Amino acid sequence: MYNTSELRFKGTQVAYYLICHRKLWLFTKGISFEDESDYVELGKLLDDTSFSRENKEGVSYEPVSIDFFSTENGLVVHEIKHSSALEPAHILQVKYYIYYLRQKGIKVSHGIIHYPKSKKLLKVELEEQDNELMQEVFKNMDNIIKKDKPPEVINKAYCKKCAYWEYCYG
Amino acid sequence: MGEVYYITTSGTLRRDENTILFENQDIKKKIPIENVSELFIVTEVSTNTKFFSLLSEYDIVAHFFNYYGYYIGSFYPRESKLSGHLIIKQVEHYLDKEQKLYLAKSFVIGSIINSEGIYKIDTKEHLEALKQASNTQEIMQVEGNFKKLCYKALEELTGWDFEARTKRPPQNPLNALISFGNSLVYAKVLGEIYHTPLNSTVSYLHEPSEKRHSLSLDMAEVFKPILSEGLIIELLKSKAITEKDFLEEAEYCYLNAEGRKKFLRAFDDLLKSTVYHPKLKRNVSLKTLIRLELYKLVKHLTGEEYYLPVNYHSLKR
Ligand code: SF4
Repeated sequence: MYNTSELRFKGTQVAYYLICHRKLWLFTKGISFEDESDYVELGKLLDDTSFSRENKEGVSYEPVSIDFFSTENGLVVHEIKHSSALEPAHILQVKYYIYYLRQKGIKVSHGIIHYPKSKKLLKVELEEQDNELMQEVFKNMDNIIKKDKPPEVINKAYCKKCAYWEYCYG
Repeated sequence: MGEVYYITTSGTLRRDENTILFENQDIKKKIPIENVSELFIVTEVSTNTKFFSLLSEYDIVAHFFNYYGYYIGSFYPRESKLSGHLIIKQVEHYLDKEQKLYLAKSFVIGSIINSEGIYKIDTKEHLEALKQASNTQEIMQVEGNFKKLCYKALEELTGWDFEARTKRPPQNPLNALISFGNSLVYAKVLGEIYHTPLNSTVSYLHEPSEKRHSLSLDMAEVFKPILSEGLIIELLKSKAITEKDFLEEAEYCYLNAEGRKKFLRAFDDLLKSTVYHPKLKRNVSLKTLIRLELYKLVKHLTGEEYYLPVNYHSLKR
């Protein structure tokens, strides 16, 4: 079992695991070039005392994403994304948030990913078998991060939109 | 992403909410901080701490030059991009003699191949001597010898006298131009390093103790032929800069305010000009070319790819 006190990954890292191992490695080693402020780090938010005040909607992180919580039958985690192109990564990221919060003893009901551009909502649940999946993901992430060289460039279409594009291809 | 601003008339610089307020008897100008990416302050200004905290908040590097255009130093805000992993790699490459030599030589190779394109000097012998060099002093010697040839060629190309290279203070116009141009390149490279995870104090050709941001001195070698010497030749040949643009006092010689403005404008235009980058398959500005060069250094340090300096004149315009 993965030790929860070692739950040290940020949501974006979990998403990067599905998007690009190279990006995960570089980001984790602190090698970044563009301003990453587009990304809301839920990790930061979780440490925030404001969290204990329930139903605190509209936690706003300018300029791009506004991620927030609401309560239903427990806490609902909301994540806002521009495009659903990387949906599997977004889903894993939200599952991770739910997993993380539950490990901390917080009652979470589910997550919702908002794609405002396409007016789409996606409900994300953390099922029983997902716990195993998360273990697997953590283990793999650890192995990637432990490598002493960054993994290779992946040559995907979405590289062009990645903040590392000039770095990887230049 | 904002623009580089060059401040060339004296006045005061203050913070006014989220703008930079520049003021003197004649002008009052507000620059929203979001529009600024970097500042070159090439004149005497007065300012205060609040101004610096504004720069800090927005991660803006500011370079200061005195009344004579002599480089004083740079305001380098707290680095937000540093990577512990990379700093360890930088230091490892400094401590390992072979690795250190590799990088030290690379910067000089960059200087030589980019000078070759400008002066059309035969570089074979110098590159060979560089290969043989087994320590930094020997590398510096090769570079020194090569630079002497370059400066001679510079005299011939421009028809301006050079005599000996006099640094502090420069004693004739050509020396004044080189001092000014080189310090601009140094500052510009430093401004780019700030936006990478590289630590500017760990260097290979120059000793880290030589100057605070010695990595910038290293990388500037690659770009000085292009951004300083090449520019000087152009400005003198086209007579964009003439005798009238200098100020001579006793044995000192400096660019006057008008001359400095002309130089800075040309420098900025050059940085914005583009070349075709074969790997990225698109045009990139020379400013981006500096950034890409630093990325290559990062790749070298992470063990991905050996650093090979850019050959500017082989890139298509
Ligand atoms: S540009 Fe492509 S290979 Fe490089 S980090 Fe981004 S996604 Fe990965």
